Amino acid sequence: MGGLTRRVLGYASASLLLLVGWHLVAVLIDSPALPGPVPALAAFGRLFAATLLPEVLVSGWRVAISMAIGTALAVPLGLVIGRSPRLDAVCGPLIFLTYPVPKIVFLPVLLVLLGIGSLSKITLITLIVFFQILVTARDAARGIPAASVLSVRSLGADRWQVFRHVVVPAALPDVFTALRISTGTAIAVLFFTESIAGTDGIGYYIIDAWSRLAYTDMFAGIVAMALLGVVLYEALEVAEARICRWARVGR
Amino acid sequence: MAGVAIEGLSVTYDGVDRSVDALTSLDLTIADGEPVAIIGPSGCGKSTLLLAIAGLVAPAAGRVSVGGRSVEGPRLHTALILQDFGLLPWKTVAHNAALGLEIRRVPAPERERRVAEALERVGLAEFAHAYPAELSGGMRQRLALARALALEADLLLMDEPLSALDALTREDLQGLLLSVWRQRAHTSLLVTHSIEEAVFLGRRVVVLTPRPGRVAAVVENPRQGDEGFRDTPAFYERCAELRALLAAEGAFDDRALTEAE
Ligand SMILES: Nc1ncnc2c1ncn2[C@@H]1O[C@H](COP(=O)(O)OP(=O)(O)OP(=O)(O)O)[C@@H](O)[C@H]1O
Ligand SMILES: [Mg+2]
Repeated sequence: MGGLTRRVLGYASASLLLLVGWHLVAVLIDSPALPGPVPALAAFGRLFAATLLPEVLVSGWRVAISMAIGTALAVPLGLVIGRSPRLDAVCGPLIFLTYPVPKIVFLPVLLVLLGIGSLSKITLITLIVFFQILVTARDAARGIPAASVLSVRSLGADRWQVFRHVVVPAALPDVFTALRISTGTAIAVLFFTESIAGTDGIGYYIIDAWSRLAYTDMFAGIVAMALLGVVLYEALEVAEARICRWARVGR
Repeated sequence: MAGVAIEGLSVTYDGVDRSVDALTSLDLTIADGEPVAIIGPSGCGKSTLLLAIAGLVAPAAGRVSVGGRSVEGPRLHTALILQDFGLLPWKTVAHNAALGLEIRRVPAPERERRVAEALERVGLAEFAHAYPAELSGGMRQRLALARALALEADLLLMDEPLSALDALTREDLQGLLLSVWRQRAHTSLLVTHSIEEAVFLGRRVVVLTPRPGRVAAVVENPRQGDEGFRDTPAFYERCAELRALLAAEGAFDDRALTEAE
């Protein structure tokens, strides 16, 4: 468990560094809009159980379900497209045209069509995660060494078995990397959707505190949102370490 | 029965801007249970020949049959060891060894028994749960052999299986290949760059011409497999004979072959 201790120590020292930096900036700027870490963390402790936790759970559920749906749709599709030159000839240009379009501009449309509740938020985050994972999965599938495929084909593998034994495991580390990068985007988009429309979620709480000029409460919300990101990121890290254990040996 | 009959085999690869003839009208017959070594200049189509026998590339002309049946696709009891071993880095040693059986839908208990036996045979039993990245080159090669053994293949196709190994490990594994063949009496086709390896492991040694490959000569080597053959004058004579034949084929214009010596 030396790894775990080292990890906890790493987080502790990084947090300390951030808190000291935060404190210095707060002292320098000296504005009620930027409270220092001491009052903010005190507010966080006071508000956590009754106010922040329910909001964070709503938001966490939105991000988690969006990322799960986006991944579940994008990974199989991306891998199939990447392995089939004929499909890629059709879908490749489609992806290149649609990928760079900032999906967030569709938020107003989604709000009209799906309402201001969870559905529009989940749809938008899913859409964004979907494209990021799709592009990664396609590229990963294209880059799989021919020798690996040949070796299982020589054992008599059909297309499905080639997928199961070669394409999926070979692409997984790349997919995990993309997922971890998507976490940041997903949470940013979550904040945006919650702050623009709706009545719940940690993003809504932050903006609501801001409009009430309750700056320490606002910062308690920001800390809660940051923690949500850390938890998601760590969860992916743990999942990757378990599922892609092979990628960590021998280096 | 796993004799191999190859008649008028030609294989052409369609490249991006031109096509390459890898083999042209190659004829070769290998008896059931016979160990044959194949040697020839780099790029002459040796790997292609094995792929055609394994049913992984289609002939442009001619036919390949194994055990009297025309080869249309991968065959149940053919095992192929690729030039880079073909191990999957994301699977453990035991899982890699079991892969062929799993793909052929052999039930799990049977699979475990055969894998344990094969790993034991190649001396990797202790490493069943390691990943290929944790093995040395020689151990990876043993694992590739274990996978083939677990299949209980009657035709073993090997593409330069030992060329990446140091001299000591290589000799050790040559001995292992010989003893496995003695025990199982499978038909064996070994592609190699090494003259000594060909003479040590091939009852017949087939010399191919430069690309496009055809059979240039066949060297009979009846004493192959005798106890202590490697240290007899006959072994050295056979090596010299083969070297002369290869020189005549212009094989020594090729760096890889001389280096392998
Ligand atoms: N997938 C492929 N696509 C196009 N051309 C190929 C392909 N594989 C092989 N070739 C060509 O076919 C010829 C024979 O290749 P092959 O791999 O069978 O040679 P080899 O005798 O095994 O060579 P080496 O001793 O270097 O392994 C080569 O000239 C090569 O350029
Ligand atoms: Mg080759």
